[in-house]
Amino acid sequence: MDTKKMAIIATKGTLDWAYPPFILASTAAALGYETQIFFTFYGLQLVRKDLSGLKVSPLGNPGMPMKMPFGPKWFKSINWNMPNAIQAIIPGYESVATALMKQTIANNGVATIPDLRELCQEAEVKFIACQMTVELFGFEHSDFIDGLEYGGAATFLEFAGETDICLFI
Amino acid sequence: MNFDKELDARGLNCPLPILRAKKALAEVGSGQVLKILSTDPGSVKDFAAFAKQTGNELLSTAEAGGEFTFFMKKK
Repeated sequence: MDTKKMAIIATKGTLDWAYPPFILASTAAALGYETQIFFTFYGLQLVRKDLSGLKVSPLGNPGMPMKMPFGPKWFKSINWNMPNAIQAIIPGYESVATALMKQTIANNGVATIPDLRELCQEAEVKFIACQMTVELFGFEHSDFIDGLEYGGAATFLEFAGETDICLFI
Repeated sequence: MNFDKELDARGLNCPLPILRAKKALAEVGSGQVLKILSTDPGSVKDFAAFAKQTGNELLSTAEAGGEFTFFMKKK
């Protein structure tokens, strides 16, 4: 049986959107897929050495429930969504939302992004960073983790053309 | 049921039970049985799909009080 293959393009650089590529890639690897992730534009944030800049923003994100990860059940079930105009003027709003999200993640036994990324690397998921965006955004290769390869669209398409599953995230 | 290794994945959420099971299966020999404990309701379908795609045999799935027990035989 031929090895199945999966390619993912990761284009988002926030804590919430860091999950789909790493969850799918690590699981695919566990299922025996040969897997590659191509990190481009804001997706480059996911392969930086320092992941502490990954945040979630409830601003302009009506799909995001804003619930507290602590306290009694009735308190946890309150939805704290507020109008965008108010969110926008509160200093540190994203940082607070991110801290609460990280607590919720821990409470639910969901892996952290650094852990999932490491699991991907252990499972030999190939990471490719878009060289064009690295330059466009003024990054240095030293900003990124070891084991990363650098390439462009042709590099991605060469592998993507042979895959069973190809996703744009 | 007899088993050769036990994996406690209770409290862990998707995709960790699957990833830990993959790792645990690598540590047993062909034909040996891994017992997996999980509290993730999604793991019922996930372990069935994992077995189907990897060729390892899911011998049984049981639920009791919100806890799931799987027995998986390594191919």
